[in-house]
Amino acid sequence: MHNEKQPLFHLARRDEMPKSKVWMIRAASFLAALLIGAALFAVLGKNPMEAYATIVTGSLAKPSALRQTVKIAVPLLGTSLALAPCFGMRYWNIGAEGQITAGALAATYFALHFGKTWSHPVILIVMAAAACLFGGIWAAIPAFFKARYNTNETLFTLMMNYIIIGVVRWLQGGPWEGKPGSQIIPMFPDNAMLPKVFGVHCGWIIIILLTVFMYFYLTKMKQGYEIAVIGDSVNTARYAGMNVGHIVIRTVFLSGAICGLVGYLVTCGANGTLYDSVAAGVGFTAITVAWLAQLNPFAMIAISLMLAVLSKGAGTLQTRMEVPSSVSDILTGVILFSMLACEFFINYKIILRGHQNDGPRGFDPVPPKGAKPADDGRTEGKEG
Amino acid sequence: MNALILLIYNAVLNGAPLMYGTMGEVLTEKSGNLNLGVEGMMYMGGAIGLGAAFYYEKMAGAAASGPVAVVLAILFAFAAGAFGALIYSWITISLRANQNVTGLALSIFGTGVGQFIGEYMRVQEGGFVAISNGLKTFFQNSPFPASVRGIPVLGQLLFSYNIFVYIAIIIALLMARFLNKSRAGLHLRAVGESPATADAAGIDISKYKYLATVIGGGISAIGGMVYIMTIAGCVWNHDGLAGEGWLAVALVIFCLWKPVGAVFGAVLFGALMIMYVRVQIPMVPDQLYKILPYIVTVLVLIAVSLRRKRENEPPASLGLSYFREDR
Amino acid sequence: MGSAHAIEFRNISKYFGRKVANENISFSMDGGMILSLLGENGSGKTTLMNMLAGIYYPDEGEILINGSPVQIRSPKDAFSYNIGMVHQHFKLVDLFTAAENIALGEHGKLDRAAISARIREISGRYGFIIDPDKKVYEMSVSEKQTVEIVKVLYRGADVLILDEPTAVLTPQEIGHLFTVLRAMKADGKSIIIITHKLNEVMEISDEVAVLNHGRFIGKVRTCDTNPQKLTEMMVGHKVALEIRRPLPVDPRPRIVIDDLTVRNHEGVNKAHHISFTAYSGEILGIAGIAGSGQKELLEAIAGLQVITSGSIKYLPEGKKPMELVGKSPMQIRDAGISLAFVPEDRLGMGLVGSMGMSGNMLLRTWKRGKGLFVDEKISRDLAEKIRNELDVSTPDVMYPVRRLSGGNVQKVLVGREIASAPSVLLSAYAVRGLDINTSYTIYNLMTEQKEKGVAVLYVGEDLDVLLELCDRIVVLCDGHVSGIVDARTTDKNEIGLLMTSIGGQPKNGETTSAEGGKEKADA
Repeated sequence: MHNEKQPLFHLARRDEMPKSKVWMIRAASFLAALLIGAALFAVLGKNPMEAYATIVTGSLAKPSALRQTVKIAVPLLGTSLALAPCFGMRYWNIGAEGQITAGALAATYFALHFGKTWSHPVILIVMAAAACLFGGIWAAIPAFFKARYNTNETLFTLMMNYIIIGVVRWLQGGPWEGKPGSQIIPMFPDNAMLPKVFGVHCGWIIIILLTVFMYFYLTKMKQGYEIAVIGDSVNTARYAGMNVGHIVIRTVFLSGAICGLVGYLVTCGANGTLYDSVAAGVGFTAITVAWLAQLNPFAMIAISLMLAVLSKGAGTLQTRMEVPSSVSDILTGVILFSMLACEFFINYKIILRGHQNDGPRGFDPVPPKGAKPADDGRTEGKEG
Repeated sequence: MNALILLIYNAVLNGAPLMYGTMGEVLTEKSGNLNLGVEGMMYMGGAIGLGAAFYYEKMAGAAASGPVAVVLAILFAFAAGAFGALIYSWITISLRANQNVTGLALSIFGTGVGQFIGEYMRVQEGGFVAISNGLKTFFQNSPFPASVRGIPVLGQLLFSYNIFVYIAIIIALLMARFLNKSRAGLHLRAVGESPATADAAGIDISKYKYLATVIGGGISAIGGMVYIMTIAGCVWNHDGLAGEGWLAVALVIFCLWKPVGAVFGAVLFGALMIMYVRVQIPMVPDQLYKILPYIVTVLVLIAVSLRRKRENEPPASLGLSYFREDR
Repeated sequence: MGSAHAIEFRNISKYFGRKVANENISFSMDGGMILSLLGENGSGKTTLMNMLAGIYYPDEGEILINGSPVQIRSPKDAFSYNIGMVHQHFKLVDLFTAAENIALGEHGKLDRAAISARIREISGRYGFIIDPDKKVYEMSVSEKQTVEIVKVLYRGADVLILDEPTAVLTPQEIGHLFTVLRAMKADGKSIIIITHKLNEVMEISDEVAVLNHGRFIGKVRTCDTNPQKLTEMMVGHKVALEIRRPLPVDPRPRIVIDDLTVRNHEGVNKAHHISFTAYSGEILGIAGIAGSGQKELLEAIAGLQVITSGSIKYLPEGKKPMELVGKSPMQIRDAGISLAFVPEDRLGMGLVGSMGMSGNMLLRTWKRGKGLFVDEKISRDLAEKIRNELDVSTPDVMYPVRRLSGGNVQKVLVGREIASAPSVLLSAYAVRGLDINTSYTIYNLMTEQKEKGVAVLYVGEDLDVLLELCDRIVVLCDGHVSGIVDARTTDKNEIGLLMTSIGGQPKNGETTSAEGGKEKADA
């Protein structure tokens, strides 16, 4: 009745893995994702090598293409940075999309009404401040309910996206409409547009500064410490005398404010106007970027650039090889899947039948009881 | 009176895709998996379901049978969603990755796949993918004979909907029965509430999680097909589903993880979405009406968190991965 | 059964990462008897039994049932060999009824009437009291344990493993449990009890198997041994099991609690009209069944609970009394009150598991200093100091404390709290899960603090230790103070009775649990 053989394999949690091996696994899984993508191109009857070459050259080879790529990377990186403190607290802010839109909306208000009359620096600074403020407030609403009533923030923030996008649709076809019936908000006057540095709006400089700031904020500053403690255990934070509700609202406000700033950069840097899909899915993609980077701001730069290359390259792919540009979403998805999957091989080891454990090494001969293995018991997205 | 019946009628039609999206996610979440990829799976279901009907008609030509097209569309949409959910399941259940992030990745991936297939078909077929009007009626008209539909009031209120509404109601009743009355349903709920307990009781956690998530994903994806074939008029358009999948995720909370509740919730949301056509309030523009469902969801979320009742809370292990040897 | 042993372990080893949980364990037991598996906390008892129950899979070695080798890959496999385990942390679905929990994992049609009938039959045979339709979240701890045992019997287990079954019970409930166990033995069942309490080993078991640091030390018949010998086997060397207890010097009121009622986070009152005084230079024990309001009481003093009514006064040396009610932990600290708190949930409340010792020292000092940046120097120095003084075994002070052993985790926590030179030290279950040596280190640290004039509040579960360590003991029952006794003159029986009765009178109704009477008391 029973299979008397030993199981084929069983799993055990791994303690630590050498850094070099970790990166090898990640590189291998990235390659695996590219291979899956290659298979997709092959199925479509396109030469995979040519397709990848097109993606890379189409996004990096010419200065104009490179500028486009950077333009795509800037909001992605900015939003990932914005989300880092939230995720550090295990607060699932899925509402970056809406917070970007909120920021863009606030900036647009000033651009449309005072863009021609106020002086260049004044209008830009006021627009930025308004964008940060409104993005922050938009984010803080769910945070308030989370802090006060432990309302599920994953879904609340998600809903907030569609509410603000609906408001922009209304503005587009109503109060802010340009030509009657056009459903389009007029372009900003040049006076309300960001200056360019090396051909790209100066937002990229702001975002690089922000990256450095976020690194220090999370690892060296008191507020960063508070965030890390809350992320580990809310009870511990309370025990340490932290006002958890206050810190959650403050941190989420900061996150929303940075998202709002991203919205500002996108409107008055790149688009020159406001429309309902101003965030263009960046809010969602940034979540995966922040997670894959394990909240390390510098790793976020690399991942954002990679996804930007894919996105820009796919546009070229469409014009040159007649592959729909939505292939970039598929490739992004495949890469995300394989990067998520590979963490398993970093955190667990598979012990095959007949291969015994190589036994204990190390310092602590006393078996654990109170000690828990890494990362268990984390209530991801649920605790307050 | 007539206006009210018309409102209900339209609300049900508008809510039908949501019924599937929500019921699928209810089943998924009962196993403790929070799959945020509903939007992606519905996109895949929409594009592939449409593709199935379209290519079937292209191959069969004039001999194409309506019921076969409907069944094919359902099966292909289900398979598409199940495939997406299978990827999600493998990464979160077997490989124990974070569910939120994996779900979002599935959302990006599925949206991409849906758009890609939709676009690709459009390009291949020279710019237009639509099934014939003859076939459309099978997707959009009531399966009941005219005599039944003609009954005053009740005819329109109960028997005038397309076939998918009735299938959704049957699925909801079956699912409710399964969850509350059957042994397997009890086991599934135990897996979602406390996997360690279920495991110690000898229940195969992975099997239940996989099955619930994959079947749930399939059901959700049918919702995408229903949207394309009924509301969107059997044509692939670039904006696709316009956030139906996210609304379904919200509805799961609204209906407190109950399948029958999902049907009523979907009708209510359907009503909110079309209210601007029926109930004009001066000063409030259409576009603001359209955000009502989201605002209502937010209010429900807040209300649920205000008065906590054990039976109304999400499955206790929702969003968490399980590894037996974790202590 | 013939000559084959009912259960035999052969060269079993199990590792968790770098840690040895079990190494090369070999022994056997025969059917129809009660075996105690004895060992200190962390000696690998639970790990070994988890392998028998299919929760873990051995890295090396094999298990034999009735003489033939078997593979137990999952709890399901264990059931098929008629092995069932009652885990220390109950594995029950709170939202389900007793019957639903008990029938969980079975196959076939769901026939609730038949399930209830069989549950009644089993409880009748062995003398359990159980309501099949009661939801688990409405049950007391001992009711939950009953459900667990019935569940195992319902699945047809012949071998029952009970992990620390007495830890959560009152002396009276333990007596009842033992009666039931004897009835099961008489019915031919084999029972393995995991425990570290010697008196229970002597009382209930036929044989004793001893583990130490993951290794098998030996198996003896209970009638051939005594507690002293067992202790030596368990610890590996002779130990003087004595706790130093000097008389309090110049005790003065330090914390005066008057008519305190505390509400928990769900809005239910968990402590009612509590009044007592804690003096400087004494250890005040707090006894009670798990969940009788101990946690809420300590957290209320620390400023972490919602207080419905009453007052907590802090009386500093030579200064005006200060009211603590209404103050947040930060305000208490800012008022210059040095209050140390060693909570029950070490990694979930007292420490940050993902950070090293250094990061954990910051938990008390992170706000200090001007500017936006934390001062890492102070915390690293303090971490190094505690690591040396308390002999904490860690690779370095940045190594995540979650990965340390239970004893080291507690040393980090207690070390940090004592380092703040407190005037009040609150501690909850400070030695839970620790081995004997570390436990005695902790007892000594408590006594040292007492000698420094600190008012120590010690919430404990082991009555023997409370009687030896404390000066006075406050006994809680159902959130009420049911008595305050002198630890030097009272005995276990008296405390046991107070634990289950308010004001010396047994409560109405059959339930002896804290939670069972919650609603009644609130009404």
